[in-house]
Amino acid sequence: MHPVRKQRLILVLVLVTLSSVAVGFVTYAMRENMDYFYAPSAFAAGEVPFEKRIRAGGCVVPGSVQRAEDSLDVRFVITDGEAELAVVFDKILPDLFAEGEAAVISGRLMQDGTMRADQVLAKHDETYTPPEVAESMVSHESCADGAKI
Amino acid sequence: MIPELGHFALVAGLLLAIALSVLPIAGSYTARPLWMEAGKPLAMGVFVFVLISFACLTIAFVQSDFTVNYVAKNSNSILPVYYKVTAVWGGHEGSILLWLLIQAGWAAAVAMFGRQLPPELSARVLSVMGMVLIGFFLFILLTSNPFDRTLPFPPMEGSDLNPLLQDPGMIFHPPLLYMGYVGFSVAFAFAIAALLGGQLDAVWARWARPWTVVAWAFLTLGIALGSWWAYYELGWGGWWFWDPVENASLMPWLVGTALMHSLAVTEKRGLFKSWTILLAIFAFSLSLLGTFLVRSGVITSVHAFATDPLRGSFILGFLALVVGFSLLLFALRAPSVSARSVFSFRSLETFLLGNNILLILIMAVVLTGTLYPLVADALNLGKISVGPPFFNLFFVPIMVVLCLLLGMGVHANWKDSRWDKLLNIWRLPFLAALVIALVWPLAFDHYHWGAVLGIFIGAWVFCASLADIVTKTRNAKSFFAGLKRQRASYYGMHLAHIGLAVAVLGVVLTTVYSVEDDLRMGAGDSHQVAGYDFKFDGVRLAQGPNYRAFEGVLHVSKNGEPVAELLPQKRNYFSGGNTMTEAAIDTGLFRDIYVALGEPLDRSNPSGDWAVRLQYKAFVVWIWLGALLMAIGGGIAVADKRYRKAKVARQVPIAGNVATA
Repeated sequence: MHPVRKQRLILVLVLVTLSSVAVGFVTYAMRENMDYFYAPSAFAAGEVPFEKRIRAGGCVVPGSVQRAEDSLDVRFVITDGEAELAVVFDKILPDLFAEGEAAVISGRLMQDGTMRADQVLAKHDETYTPPEVAESMVSHESCADGAKI
Repeated sequence: MIPELGHFALVAGLLLAIALSVLPIAGSYTARPLWMEAGKPLAMGVFVFVLISFACLTIAFVQSDFTVNYVAKNSNSILPVYYKVTAVWGGHEGSILLWLLIQAGWAAAVAMFGRQLPPELSARVLSVMGMVLIGFFLFILLTSNPFDRTLPFPPMEGSDLNPLLQDPGMIFHPPLLYMGYVGFSVAFAFAIAALLGGQLDAVWARWARPWTVVAWAFLTLGIALGSWWAYYELGWGGWWFWDPVENASLMPWLVGTALMHSLAVTEKRGLFKSWTILLAIFAFSLSLLGTFLVRSGVITSVHAFATDPLRGSFILGFLALVVGFSLLLFALRAPSVSARSVFSFRSLETFLLGNNILLILIMAVVLTGTLYPLVADALNLGKISVGPPFFNLFFVPIMVVLCLLLGMGVHANWKDSRWDKLLNIWRLPFLAALVIALVWPLAFDHYHWGAVLGIFIGAWVFCASLADIVTKTRNAKSFFAGLKRQRASYYGMHLAHIGLAVAVLGVVLTTVYSVEDDLRMGAGDSHQVAGYDFKFDGVRLAQGPNYRAFEGVLHVSKNGEPVAELLPQKRNYFSGGNTMTEAAIDTGLFRDIYVALGEPLDRSNPSGDWAVRLQYKAFVVWIWLGALLMAIGGGIAVADKRYRKAKVARQVPIAGNVATA
């Protein structure tokens, strides 16, 4: 074969092999690292796997935030207007976290039905509601409306 | 009156942009020098009108003219005046105006500094930029007019600039980032002009190169500044979150980096031509994609504004038009891929090819991870987010290979190199990097093999760059005589590579050796983190120009020696809204001490216990220092004399129908 063509053939083969390996690898890793989002009613319906990294979101139920006396541990309840989910967290809550406002939580569902959070995200400005939360709210557009019930 | 003037200037600018997108390019096909020449004054004119419009909006902000809806939403009469000015780009409409200003500025710069370009090329480049300008003029006028009035019932007081944005970092982050994003439109315009003229040669690459490098340097600074700002302002001490918007800025950067290297091959060896064109198209398309992601509100992110869907659809349509049109043109016009010259596997070409493949691979992974949640949502596969572990899994190993190749490649010659020579040159920096990697972790409290590998990668890039400078000066009379003989672009390249090494070291050391503690502290409590003693002396009240704050007082000492007094704040702005965390940082070249106040654990008693975050961040500044070196390297490379050589000797024939070269 002509050396130029041979070189090009090798190049093409290498590229094809590399890219297919890459695609397979990416797909696999994606499966392992996807965090699914669930609304509190999905928890109530038992659709959520235990001990797996997931995300949940909803409005923080007014009056539900309870703090420990001697540590940073905090416990609160989120709702989508239909079901409620208890969340425990042991780090600093973000500035914009507040009762009656939207929050998105990453963490794992424990066997006792509470969610242990690694991270709590609150909205970033006053008029913004995370789209996941807005959509999962039963018949409500934002937490402010939801809190009125 | 002034807002109307600004609005009118935008419309006038749009009309000029339409003329700019038609006249010069038409002239280039009909051989009318006068029409082609019109590109320059038209580009200047567009810039002047956008500048007038921008000035009008700024005046509206400084005068706190709350009859303008955008001002009322993003400013406040007690906002300090410098934040009133930066509030111009604190919201959606104003940041699009800033984008437009910079876009017009780049077009004007091409008109001004591109005098040595052949007239046809210059005319077509300016016309393509005019077309892009039309897109953004329409976007702002149809969906995001910053001059809309609140009449007849203007509010008495504005609702204030988001407190997160009341920060010096906000003054520079968006303009720098946009300089980079929009700068790639110049490379894009050059690519389209080259496709139109069928002229894809080394001379073309030489013209496109400095513009690409400048845009890349700005983007590097913009990303670094954003990361630094997130680090100190969001109060978390993290510097990269794989947030979709961060990814949106990283993707054009990755492709832009690939483009810079591929342009080098095209200029020096006349290879990779179509590939280079494709990269130029992608770099700008990814900038537009980034804008779409940020502006459409489809993602949950720090940067997401509450927006109306029309804006998202507009940008998406514009993106589809740009990508569709350029790829079509590419398919029709890209010259057949016949490489006229051959290169061996040991050549610099091979290494740069590797660089390109790896960078594009990283980009593809980031793109997949960023877009997959959107696709899954659209297909009803559930609401998914792709977390940092996914990105790290790919980013880290690919970067390791990329850096290894980089250190090897800087020594390779064009066309072919000899293995024995290469191995000979590689040996010394390899050993030096190995020693550094084995010894450095001893300076910390625990030995970590991941750190050894990471330090080796960084040190390898660093030592290999130094070794190349030494090799290149070896034959000169003296070391300094040898240094003088090299071009500016040579030093720019090495400085940028050393910047990468510094950033890699910063990332590795911060990741491995930082310590973070969230704890509950009352007045008088002490706690030790990474050998530093933190004594909490309670919380007092502090007052700023437009906020009141609780200010924590912490005294940091090491082995009894005082190190710093840190005053983290918890701010409440008078305009209302939520509380803001202002972290206190003692920055050093080798470590940052980082303290942030959480919240009073008993809300009714702020002098009681507080949640406090104490952090020791090893070598974290190196991340941004490295980025700064990279950008400076880019600046030095552009200063190279050969880019400023007046007339290029070769005269290019008039008439654009030399389609297939």
